[in-house]
Amino acid sequence: MTHHSPHIPDVEGDRLEVLYEDKKPPYEDAEAIAEANRCLYCVDAPCIKACPTAIDIPTFIRKIGTGNVKGAARTILSQNLLGKSCGQVCPVEVLCAGACVYNDWHRDPIKIGRLQRYAVEKALAEDPQIFKPKAPTGKRIALVGAGPASIAAAGWLALEGHEAAIYEKKLLPGGLNTLGIAPYKMKVEDALQEITWVLSLGNVELFQGVEIVPVSGSPEEVSASALLRQYDAVFLGLGLGPDSRLKIPGEDGGGVVGATHLIERLKADPTLRFKGVDRVIVVGGGNTAVDVAHELALLGIDATMLYRGGEEDLSAYEHELASGRVDGMKVLCERSPVAVLRDNMGKVTGMRVIRTEDKKPVAGTEEDLRADLVVVAVGQSRMTEVARSFPGVELDMRGRVIVDPKTYRTGNPKVWSAGDCVNGGKEVVNAVGEAKIAVTSMHAYLMGVGA
Amino acid sequence: MADLSIDFAGIKSPNPFWLASAPPTNTGDQVMRAFDAGWGGAVWKTLGNPIVNVSSRFGGIDYGNTRMMGLNNIELITDRPLEVNLREIREVKRRYPNHAVITSLMVETKEEWKEIIQRAEEAGSDGHELNFGCPHGMCERGMGSAVSSEPKVLREIARWAVEFATKPVIVKLSPNVTDIVEPGEAVLESGAHGISLINTIKSIMAIDLDRMVPLPRVGNASTNGGYCGPAVKPVALHMVGELTRHPYVAKLPISGIGGISNWRDAAEFIALGCTSVQVCTAVMHYGYRIVEDMIEGLNDFLDSKGMKSILDLRGRAAPQYKNWGELDLGYRVVADISTDKCIGCQLCYVACMDGAHQCIHLPGRTEEQARKAGHTHIPKLIPDRAVTARGGAPGARVPFVDDDECIGCNLCQLVCPVSGCITMKEVPSGKPNESWNDRVQRGADFVPGGLHVTEVERAKR
Ligand SMILES: Cc1cc2nc3c(=O)[nH]c(=O)nc-3n(C[C@H](O)[C@H](O)[C@H](O)COP(=O)(O)OP(=O)(O)OC[C@H]3O[C@@H](n4cnc5c(N)ncnc54)[C@H](O)[C@@H]3O)c2cc1C
Ligand SMILES: Cc1cc2nc3c(=O)[nH]c(=O)nc-3n(C[C@H](O)[C@H](O)[C@H](O)COP(=O)(O)O)c2cc1C
Ligand code: SF4
Ligand code: SF4
Ligand code: SF4
Repeated sequence: MTHHSPHIPDVEGDRLEVLYEDKKPPYEDAEAIAEANRCLYCVDAPCIKACPTAIDIPTFIRKIGTGNVKGAARTILSQNLLGKSCGQVCPVEVLCAGACVYNDWHRDPIKIGRLQRYAVEKALAEDPQIFKPKAPTGKRIALVGAGPASIAAAGWLALEGHEAAIYEKKLLPGGLNTLGIAPYKMKVEDALQEITWVLSLGNVELFQGVEIVPVSGSPEEVSASALLRQYDAVFLGLGLGPDSRLKIPGEDGGGVVGATHLIERLKADPTLRFKGVDRVIVVGGGNTAVDVAHELALLGIDATMLYRGGEEDLSAYEHELASGRVDGMKVLCERSPVAVLRDNMGKVTGMRVIRTEDKKPVAGTEEDLRADLVVVAVGQSRMTEVARSFPGVELDMRGRVIVDPKTYRTGNPKVWSAGDCVNGGKEVVNAVGEAKIAVTSMHAYLMGVGA
Repeated sequence: MADLSIDFAGIKSPNPFWLASAPPTNTGDQVMRAFDAGWGGAVWKTLGNPIVNVSSRFGGIDYGNTRMMGLNNIELITDRPLEVNLREIREVKRRYPNHAVITSLMVETKEEWKEIIQRAEEAGSDGHELNFGCPHGMCERGMGSAVSSEPKVLREIARWAVEFATKPVIVKLSPNVTDIVEPGEAVLESGAHGISLINTIKSIMAIDLDRMVPLPRVGNASTNGGYCGPAVKPVALHMVGELTRHPYVAKLPISGIGGISNWRDAAEFIALGCTSVQVCTAVMHYGYRIVEDMIEGLNDFLDSKGMKSILDLRGRAAPQYKNWGELDLGYRVVADISTDKCIGCQLCYVACMDGAHQCIHLPGRTEEQARKAGHTHIPKLIPDRAVTARGGAPGARVPFVDDDECIGCNLCQLVCPVSGCITMKEVPSGKPNESWNDRVQRGADFVPGGLHVTEVERAKR
């Protein structure tokens, strides 16, 4: 058995993301212990139920309080291999911390995310060997995509003694966890460091720049059928596709960009600069729109979210909107884009919008807004073609991979799937939680139990 | 993975964590749930002639945000019929043969001791713990802590137990004695096989100021109860220490009890010489689940120190427990305040000003201001150091220590809310390594300034 230790390329310096400060900086020992000792160690704790990976939160927090930081990390990671990222990027305000009993008592909830990050970072820095993989089983699993779903799945499979091979079409692994998360939550290096650790848990291979396609036409492509042939099982962690478009006049050409594409460049592209960009319109009312507008505002750019519903319809989290507004981001509701305006050189000058009522345009209320850049954050397309190329894998009306919710197994008995491509786009922690269910089921199948 | 298993006077246990004889070991169902959670052994709630308990019976003491830093109780021994307890003990042993089940016992007459020991052994008990510690109710009947404070009686009853028992006999001592060594020696002389300590400390928990009745209140009156929980750990450690440094008593295995709540507490008792540790209050507070952290934490701790088993840790700290007269008078530390951790609360400053030696100063003050504030010794340089910690308020100052004047008392370090902010750094004192005993020996134990001054004055008159 050969053990490949995957080499993950370094990201180059001087990217815009390095300009951002951590909004929730890591705890120092004294801070962590003080916060840990505030936790009541609840029984049947509401915070556990609110965590999609069901981390035993009171137990890990108590262990921090007793100085058993390694044990705390073990408690976290045995439920959630991406416990470090999750501690940084989870919307804890609506998950674990949002459920903490302190809320009802009008006191600050326990800072669960920051404690989680503290425990994992500190324990792994002192001794990365928290888990030992089981004896090799000889089973080989292919994972498509290297986002949180696949990374977590590969880690758990490796710990069970299986061989995992991850195929990622991009050059950097991690999916949106590496390339989509707002830089004031987590930087690219952090995400990559965690991935390196997960991949070191056992026998995991990572192929970067290799795309899984219905029919292969080049060496950078591998066909679905080849995977099914060569591996004992397949895991689909495809995520979502490219940014959706507005389909309005003037959209084509420079100066109009998809939200996740822009964030990816902000995080990883050292050539990106916003020269001559003073005003930006971000179209959309979800968390991605808030993220972009917030990130741009922090760079000193006048950024306005444009949304066709009312304030109360915004699907973005309240805490994200509030913190974006503190940093200068603006929100303009009840407006719908009509056209992107350009000067005779083709340069974007603004956007024509129309007022809306109940999300419907009101005739004769058009107005022109100035902008040098338009960012489109109205959702992402689905990776339907790749998914369909695995015989038996079916998609629902909204292009999501259909799985059995108890096992995350698809219509093809050799194929499991989890993450955004199944849930339509949630959080990192959901992808990890679903991947865990999928791995449990896949492992039982591979070992001939309950198959 | 270190080996956590222990052999306590022949009683085998998968780990050193035992439940103390108390409400958590009231019933077979509880003990079995505890074993499932990871506890290595249980000392059954004291058996004897059933008693009647009062209500209420617990009192708690809070400190700051910490609930139940101490607990007291006026509960007596088991109030369940002996038959029921014995049947359940048998069942537990049948289902958990590798866990330690120890029967805590307390009766009055020699015949009763004989009978209860035999009945407990028939039920499968792995050993007996003689409850000579209960400080309320039972001592008034001549049992419990009354026995611990009468070494002769203790020795005699323990001898009976050793004679009647085929299993190891552990004597559980009360802390309510002037010198724990006396009952300790009595145990040794009795031929018993082990010692456990401490039982609870006589206490009055609080007074209900509206009703003017001490707590816990039973109707319109109360009585003194037994104090336990985190607050008693220092007392327990000291008593354990007294026995583990005794040249002969220390040969007996000792089970440490008192305020143990986590792996660190347990490790401390073991480092001082205990073989097993027993827990009551922490389980009453948080449940059996705390044992996960205890096992994991102790195991990781042993691994991190390269220790392979409990035996490697046991007694490691005992030789360093000395009499005052043996301490090095030449050793010196001074406080050192970290400028990046300080949050500028100035608690160290006021503690040192009013409670110690006035050697912590506020920066940015003139000599005149410092004198006005009460400093009699002014350091040569008064620096200007602003707080840089994230937690600090802008403009707040980091106090500084006048090294030459600091006597290294530790007070500032103890009051500083930011652990790790004030450290005590070793500095050369310019004095030889020498203890008070050394001085006595070489006749240099005279320190001027005492009563002799008056004597000299008197002689002059
Ligand atoms: C802007 C933005 C901000 C977000 N912020 C947060 C946040 O703060 N907190 C949070 O918890 N969640 C956040 N999320 C959501 C989170 O990023 C996703 O839920 C999570 O990354 C989903 O993981 P996944 O593995 O399912 O998919 P992805 O992360 O999308 O990963 C899928 C991977 O598969 C690869 N791939 C796809 N098709 C193929 C193929 N055919 N062959 C090879 N490789 C392929 C892709 O390149 C990608 O690397 C955010 C999302 C966005 C868009
Ligand atoms: C409510 C209560 C009941 C107790 N009952 C007994 C008992 O029956 N027999 C006994 O030997 N000790 C008894 N104890 C004392 C405990 O076993 C233990 O020695 C003491 O509580 C100190 O340990 P801790 O600080 O972990 O609680 C009791 C303690 C409490 C709080
Ligand atoms: S994984 Fe996320 S939701 Fe779960 S406890 Fe950690 S921070 Fe909270
Ligand atoms: S709900 Fe809050 S206090 Fe209770 S265990 Fe969870 S984090 Fe701790
Ligand atoms: S007590 Fe600690 S934090 Fe407060 S001023 Fe002194 S050193 Fe700073």
